[in-house]
Amino acid sequence: MKRRDFLRHSLVFVSGASVSLAALEFVSVGELLAARPEARWGFLVDTYRCVGCGFCVKACKIENDIPLEANVTRTWVERYLILKDGRVLADSPKGALHGFTDQRVDRAAEGFEEVSNQEIASAFFVPKLCNQCDNPPCVQVCPVGATYQTADGVVLVDHKWCIGCGYCIMGCPYGVRFFHPVEHVADKCTFCYHRISQGLDTACAQACPFGARRVGNLRDPDDPIARILLTQRVGVLKDEFGTKPQVFYLGLSKEVR
Amino acid sequence: MVHGELWTVKELFVLPNEYIYWSIQIVMYPYMTGLVAGAFVLSSLYHVFKVESLKAIARFALVFSFALLPVAMLPLLLHLQQPLRGIHVLMTPHFTSAISAFGIVFMTYGCIVAAEIWFVYRRHIIETIAHLSLKTARGAGDSLLLTIYKLISLGAADLSDQALRADHKAVRLLAAMGIPVACFLHGYAGFIFGSVKANALWMTPLMPVIFICSAVVSGIALCILSYAVFMGARAHLARRNPDPALSSERRHGIEEHEVRSTSRYLLLFMVLAITLELLDVIFRGYTAVKSWDIVRQVIYHKDFFKIFVLQYGLGNLLPLVLLLLPRLTTRRACVACALVLFGVLMMRWNVVIGGQAFSLTFAGFMEYHLPIIPDSMETFKEGLFGALLVAGTPFVIFYFLNKIFPAFIREDVH
Repeated sequence: MKRRDFLRHSLVFVSGASVSLAALEFVSVGELLAARPEARWGFLVDTYRCVGCGFCVKACKIENDIPLEANVTRTWVERYLILKDGRVLADSPKGALHGFTDQRVDRAAEGFEEVSNQEIASAFFVPKLCNQCDNPPCVQVCPVGATYQTADGVVLVDHKWCIGCGYCIMGCPYGVRFFHPVEHVADKCTFCYHRISQGLDTACAQACPFGARRVGNLRDPDDPIARILLTQRVGVLKDEFGTKPQVFYLGLSKEVR
Repeated sequence: MVHGELWTVKELFVLPNEYIYWSIQIVMYPYMTGLVAGAFVLSSLYHVFKVESLKAIARFALVFSFALLPVAMLPLLLHLQQPLRGIHVLMTPHFTSAISAFGIVFMTYGCIVAAEIWFVYRRHIIETIAHLSLKTARGAGDSLLLTIYKLISLGAADLSDQALRADHKAVRLLAAMGIPVACFLHGYAGFIFGSVKANALWMTPLMPVIFICSAVVSGIALCILSYAVFMGARAHLARRNPDPALSSERRHGIEEHEVRSTSRYLLLFMVLAITLELLDVIFRGYTAVKSWDIVRQVIYHKDFFKIFVLQYGLGNLLPLVLLLLPRLTTRRACVACALVLFGVLMMRWNVVIGGQAFSLTFAGFMEYHLPIIPDSMETFKEGLFGALLVAGTPFVIFYFLNKIFPAFIREDVH
C-alpha cells in the first residue's frame, strides 16, 4: 500500500468512526432507555394517613420477587413514639411486613420495651422507600455503571451487570439498598418502574387502603401530586446530603431520620 | 439468609436493610494495599534518596512488595457477591466511582514495580544464564530456572559498564515515579472511604492522608520484621550446615545498624500517622456536628477497647516507647514491629467495621461477629480463614519469587 493510500484510508476510517460516535451525542442512551423521557417521577407520602398496616410492604415484596420472610425490603414503615418524658422510641419489626400488631417497641438485641398508653405523648407512622434522588450517590459510586438513572428520574440496577461490591449500599444515606437474597446483586425500590411506565400505580400505592402513598409525574402541572407539592408544605428526608430526594412527605416530623 | 445477617447483631433502632456489608475482607483490603505501598516506599528511600544503610533491606522490600501486590486484589474478589464479574471493573469502569480507578492505578503500579525489579536484577539474570548454560548436568529445576531467566531477560544481555549505568538510572527513575503512584494506590483506598458522604465516621478529607501514613508505617514494620526473621532463619540454617562453600555472611542475621536506621523512618511516619488520626478525632469532637452524638458513643463506649487499648495503646504507644528507648536491639525492634502491624490492622478494623457500627438513624448500633468456623463458602470467604488466606498468600508468592529474584544477596549491584 502506498503512503498516500494509507493516509486516505486512515482518514476515511477515522471520520467514519467519529461520525458513529457522534451519534451518541444526538441520541442520548438514557433517553432512549427511559420509558417516558418527558416525565419526572415523584412520590408523595402522607404520613397523616398511614396507620402502619404493612400492606404496602407485603404488596411490594410479592410484586418485586423479594422473598417474604427475608429480612430485607424495598419499602418499609417506621413507627415513632414520642414519650411524655421527651424520649423518642422508633422501630420497624421486619420492615412492618406484618404491620404493627404489638404495642411493645422492638429494641432489636435489647428485646421488646413495654410502653403504656399513659406515657405516650404522640405517635405516628412513616413509610420509607427509595428517594430516586436527582443527585443519586449510589449512581456516582457504582464502579461498573450497573446502577443508573433513567431520563424520567428513576434509579435502576442492572442485575446482569452488578458485581456485588456493596459500594452503592454504603453510599446511600437512606439505607434503601440491600443485597438481593436470591440474585446476590444490589437491589432497591424502582417505583415499580415496570408498572408506572405502563400507566399503572406502584404496587405499594395500589395496596394502601388509605391513600397514604401516591406516585406522579412532577413535570405535569395537572398531576395531583405536582399540585400538592406546589400548594402545600412538604418535607424531604436528609436534604443535608445534597442528594435532592424526590419522595416528599406531608406531616414530616423532626424526629424522623 | 440475607448477606450480612449472619454476623450482624442489631441494637435499638436500625433500618431493616442495614447490615455490616463490608466485613473482614474490606478490613484486609486497605491493610494489604498499605503493606504494598509501604514496602515500596521503603525500597525507594534507598534507590531515590541514597540512604546507604537501607541498601540490603531495600532490595528485599522491593521483591516483597511485588509478592504482596497480587494479594491486594484478593480480598476484593473474595468480598464480591459476583466474583466472576470482577473483571467488569477493568473492562467497563464507571469513572465517577473511586473504585473504578483501581484497575488503572493497580496496573500502573504493577508495571512500575515489575520494571524496577527487572532493572535491579538484570545483571543477576544474565550472569545466572551464563552460569547455568555452562553447567553440564542440569537437573529439572535448573532447566526450568534457565528457561524462566531466558524468557524474562528479554534478550537484553549487554553487561557493559554503560548498560549497567543505564540500568542504574532507570531504577532511580522508576523508584521516583513509584513513590507518588504507591501513595496514590493507597491514598485512593482512603478516598473510597473518605468520600462516602452517607457515613459520618468515614467522611473526612483527611482519610487518604491518614491511610497513606499508616500504610508506610505498616509496610516498613512488615519489612523489618520479616527481613529480620528470614535472615535469622537463614543464618540459623547456615550455622547448622557445615558446608564450607557457604559464604560467611550467610551465617549472620540482620545487622543491628540496618534495624536502627530503618526504625528511625518507622518512627517518623508513626508520629505523622498518630498526629493525623488524633487531629481527626479532636476535630470531630470540637465541631460536634449532628452525627457526633452517635460517633462519640461508638468511639468512647462501644469501641473503646478496640480503639484506645488495642489500636492506640498496644499498637502505637507501646511500640513507640520500645523504639525510642536507647540501645535498640533487633529483638526489641521486632516486637515493636509486630505490635505496629497489629495496631495498623486494628486501625483498619476500627475504620471499616467501626464506620458501620452505628445506624443511619443515629439511634441504633450494629455489632460485628467475625465468623470463625467456615461451615459454608460465605463464612469461609468473609470469616477468619478467609482473612488468614489473604494474610498468608504473599509469603507463598514470596517463596517462589525469591527463587527467581533472590532478595537476600548482598553483592554489589544496585
